[in-house]
Amino acid sequence: MVEYIVRRLALMVPTAFLVTVGVFMLIHLIPGDPATVILAESYTPEAAARIHQDLGLDRPLPQQYAIYMGKLAHGDLGVSVRNRLPVTQAIGERLPATLELGAAALLWSLMVAIPLGAIAALRRGRALDVIASGLTVAGISVPNFVVGILLILLFGLVLRVLPVGGFAAFTDSPPDNLSRLIMPALALGTFGAASNMRFTRSSMIEVLSHDYIRTARAKGAGWWRVVRGHALKNALIPVVTIVGLQIGAILEGALVTETVFSWPGVGKLAVESIFSKDFPVVQGIVLMAALSYMVANLLVDLAYAWLDPRISYS
Amino acid sequence: MNTAAPTFSAVEDQPLSLEERRPTGPRELLIEHPRILVGLALLLLLVLLAVLAPLIAPHDPIAVDADHARLPPGPGHLFGTDELGRDVFSRVLWGGRISLPVAFVAVGVGLTVGGLTGLVAAYRGGATDLLLMRLIDGILAFPALILAIALVAALGPSLRNAMIAIGVVQIPVYARLTRAQVLQIKSLDFVTAARALGASPARIIGRHMLPNLLNPLIVQVSLSAAAAMLAEATLSFLGLSAPPPTPDWGFMINSGQSFLINGDWWMTLGPGLAICLAVFGFNWLGDALRDALDPRLRT
Repeated sequence: MVEYIVRRLALMVPTAFLVTVGVFMLIHLIPGDPATVILAESYTPEAAARIHQDLGLDRPLPQQYAIYMGKLAHGDLGVSVRNRLPVTQAIGERLPATLELGAAALLWSLMVAIPLGAIAALRRGRALDVIASGLTVAGISVPNFVVGILLILLFGLVLRVLPVGGFAAFTDSPPDNLSRLIMPALALGTFGAASNMRFTRSSMIEVLSHDYIRTARAKGAGWWRVVRGHALKNALIPVVTIVGLQIGAILEGALVTETVFSWPGVGKLAVESIFSKDFPVVQGIVLMAALSYMVANLLVDLAYAWLDPRISYS
Repeated sequence: MNTAAPTFSAVEDQPLSLEERRPTGPRELLIEHPRILVGLALLLLLVLLAVLAPLIAPHDPIAVDADHARLPPGPGHLFGTDELGRDVFSRVLWGGRISLPVAFVAVGVGLTVGGLTGLVAAYRGGATDLLLMRLIDGILAFPALILAIALVAALGPSLRNAMIAIGVVQIPVYARLTRAQVLQIKSLDFVTAARALGASPARIIGRHMLPNLLNPLIVQVSLSAAAAMLAEATLSFLGLSAPPPTPDWGFMINSGQSFLINGDWWMTLGPGLAICLAVFGFNWLGDALRDALDPRLRT
């Protein structure tokens, strides 16, 4: 297992290198002089010179990359061109809100997906399965900002039971925090709920067709016992993969969901930074997203290897 | 296909192999899998509405009419009017001319670049394969939508850049799919035979590999068109696609959202419905095609 982990980590090195090159090059994709784009109307030659110096744009490209990597090694992602705040601090301040939202979304998507997926598989081809399968195609087809707007309409404006947006820190007022969390978490988790349900269903169907299920039944084990003790446990192994991949979907969805609900997380910061041309912050967030996505994929592979003894480590 | 009776009776009882049961022509395919027809019909309807928009839209999609701003749906305005008095229904019809082509172009970019990358990687093998696939891994390391948004942010928000960005993030799936298929087909006897007979690489790829690649690619095109539609809707919702006053489904929802609080729900409903129907259509078609064309993946 240790050897497998080391090998898997070693495989990440070239990819991580490409990711840093990609993120670094982002600012060089800007057509023309980035300083002109960043400063827009407030352009002065002095301000442009300062930006060139801040971003190191006056040096040759390989040297710029070396400096970028040197700073990165010390956890320095540069400073925001808007408010001169270190990028790590800007992201760090917004991270807890995004983590809270992401965890809530993941939780609700699993709470819906696993039971419904399992039931659909057990009732394969019957009305419940057809309805559930239709719902999953619908669930992956509705963009989360549309889900968000429908929720705002229903719970915020028609029923008037939930606040339509904004944020309150959990430490200040737990009930206020949670009531504002419900709608964005539902909106963000819908896609995941639908895709998790699809996977639970197909995985469960596959497991149920195995001989050991028939053997367990033949030995007199009750249906529920077989489902719970034998089938579900094995069916959930592939679901682990999907949950891991959803970390990526949650990061993507957070951009939109946080914008819809004015939730002050990293996603909203990303959108704000794009519009204020704060490229160091955009680069920092993209880098963070890619690295956490890579780590999530790594953890999935490790969990998979640990959960399924048939997968060889060599 | 050779269906001569096998020697063992046990084998005779087995159902026909998947290969033998697979319908042969498009007509048989549609008859056996009516779900494909449903998906095709829905998408065809959306495309037709978009194509015919200049003829059937009751109003000019960008004509401002302050006297009729924020009217609820009624006989004159099927989906109501927006904050500038523009007819939402007409804008939804015209919006299809923006949102649908973005998805098509993006898928075209992904299919062409990704498909060729995968083909070259698998066919050449060795260092070429290693290098190309590491590049693909590099793209895959980013969450797709975040990469697309970052690309548009850097290139500058515009319709063209949205198409490029969404196309780029589609590349890996086609590259990997094509590579896996070509690797598998490459080692089959009929390819070896063709090569032994002196067929050129172009002929081997064109005559022997492409037909075998088509089925999985067709399924993938439909599924990734759904993903591209979603991505386009998201980019335009964030204001990173076509600039106003272009009628674009995502951005219409964005601007309508600020009026929700006043109870003006209709500005977001029409475009929201259009996006959902288009994405649903592609997903539905992709699912149905997968069931029909690739029975191994059927669940």
